[in-house]
Amino acid sequence: MRTKIPLAICFLSGAIMFLQYFSRHPMAKTVYSGILDWWQIIFAFTLFVGVAAFIKNGVKSISRRNDAPYKAVSLAGLLLMPILALIGGVKFGSPFLWVFDNMQAPMQSTVFSLLAFFVASASFRGFRARTIPAAILLVSAVFVLLGRIPIADYITQSFSSAAFWIQDYPSMAARRAILIGIGLGSMTTALRVILGIERTYLQGER
Amino acid sequence: MPIFDATTLPTLVVSAISLIIVAYAIISVKRGRGFEIREIPGLKAIDEAVGRATEMGTPVVFTPGWGGDIQRPTTIASMNILSSVAEKTAEYDCRLIYPTHDPVIMAVAQEVVKEASLRAGYPDRYRADDIFYITSSQFGYAAAVDGLISRTKPASVFLLGTFEAESLIMAETGNSVGAIQIAGTDSTIQLAFFIVACDYTLIGEELFAASGYLSQNKSILSSVKAQDMIKILIALFIIVAIIWATIDSTSTWWRY
Repeated sequence: MRTKIPLAICFLSGAIMFLQYFSRHPMAKTVYSGILDWWQIIFAFTLFVGVAAFIKNGVKSISRRNDAPYKAVSLAGLLLMPILALIGGVKFGSPFLWVFDNMQAPMQSTVFSLLAFFVASASFRGFRARTIPAAILLVSAVFVLLGRIPIADYITQSFSSAAFWIQDYPSMAARRAILIGIGLGSMTTALRVILGIERTYLQGER
Repeated sequence: MPIFDATTLPTLVVSAISLIIVAYAIISVKRGRGFEIREIPGLKAIDEAVGRATEMGTPVVFTPGWGGDIQRPTTIASMNILSSVAEKTAEYDCRLIYPTHDPVIMAVAQEVVKEASLRAGYPDRYRADDIFYITSSQFGYAAAVDGLISRTKPASVFLLGTFEAESLIMAETGNSVGAIQIAGTDSTIQLAFFIVACDYTLIGEELFAASGYLSQNKSILSSVKAQDMIKILIALFIIVAIIWATIDSTSTWWRY
């Protein structure tokens, strides 16, 4: 019973969501939006669970002096933001928005900007022409890079044409092949879950 | 108001064919026909990755990425691999750290790891505190996982799930601490980053075939076989459409 009821709920939910896609009937749309609303409600409650676990984990780490400074800063942020929102609101000029604009947004931008340096270091490793496929990758990458910068057009238009050709044909063909595999894999995984063949989400039962 | 939406007929036909093929593969297995999956290096390396972490006395970090929630097939596929990884970490008494951006994923992962520890015969080695929610903010999550990797210096990092721009930030940080990295996602853009930054990458359907490969469950293997049969049908369809379009350029029936 402990396994059968979740499996039945999973099958019914999956079957309803699958069948409603093929119907234009208003009831199908109502069921669809109803299920999505329920999902939002469940998510909102699980957010409480997540935040509670975060606070519990943080307090425990501080008491054990394990990553204490980091945990203290993250807990302070977690508590400070709602307090600022409750005191001054979230409108323009409020302390909440000031902290968001001057602390949170720059920190997020900083992490995002790291990507530029990481792309450079990963490319440096990836473009080492040790094998024939790596050499082909390197040559293709050089053409695409040159084809994407304005200065290359002053030398010759061929770089731009070669870049577009590489992206539109060999690269696109490989990408589509992977996408077909991913699409089919997603579909069969969904089918396995709906039909109850895949049961990892049920406490790891297979 | 009509019950059936006629514009979805092609999707219905393709879905019905796919369902029939999956049913055929499952029935074939039940009648005793066996299926085998080719060797997948990324999945074969799981033992090596966990063993290395155990020998070095450092933890294993497993991240499902920031982009997905629990209803995504990629996340479910990632949970299947987590189950096997958790079983091995429990067996070898190696610490498994699972930071996540979604409280629902956290709850499911806790249950999966708990059950895997039980299956390994070491329920006392399950640490609920090591599977935790960080934040729903993309770069907040990336920064937290980067910090975690930099401080704990794990010997092995698993990047399996739905990733967006944070993929390379995490993979390069894992690379910088010398961790053996196994990655897989459903985004072709992020796959390119993983291929250059990680030791093993599960490409395309390999991620979804993982549960069958690792568990050797015949029903799951049969659905993977069905996937291959559908792929052959699609390839045949594409070849026919190419020939047809070459002969008759005005024809567009294959676009549906």
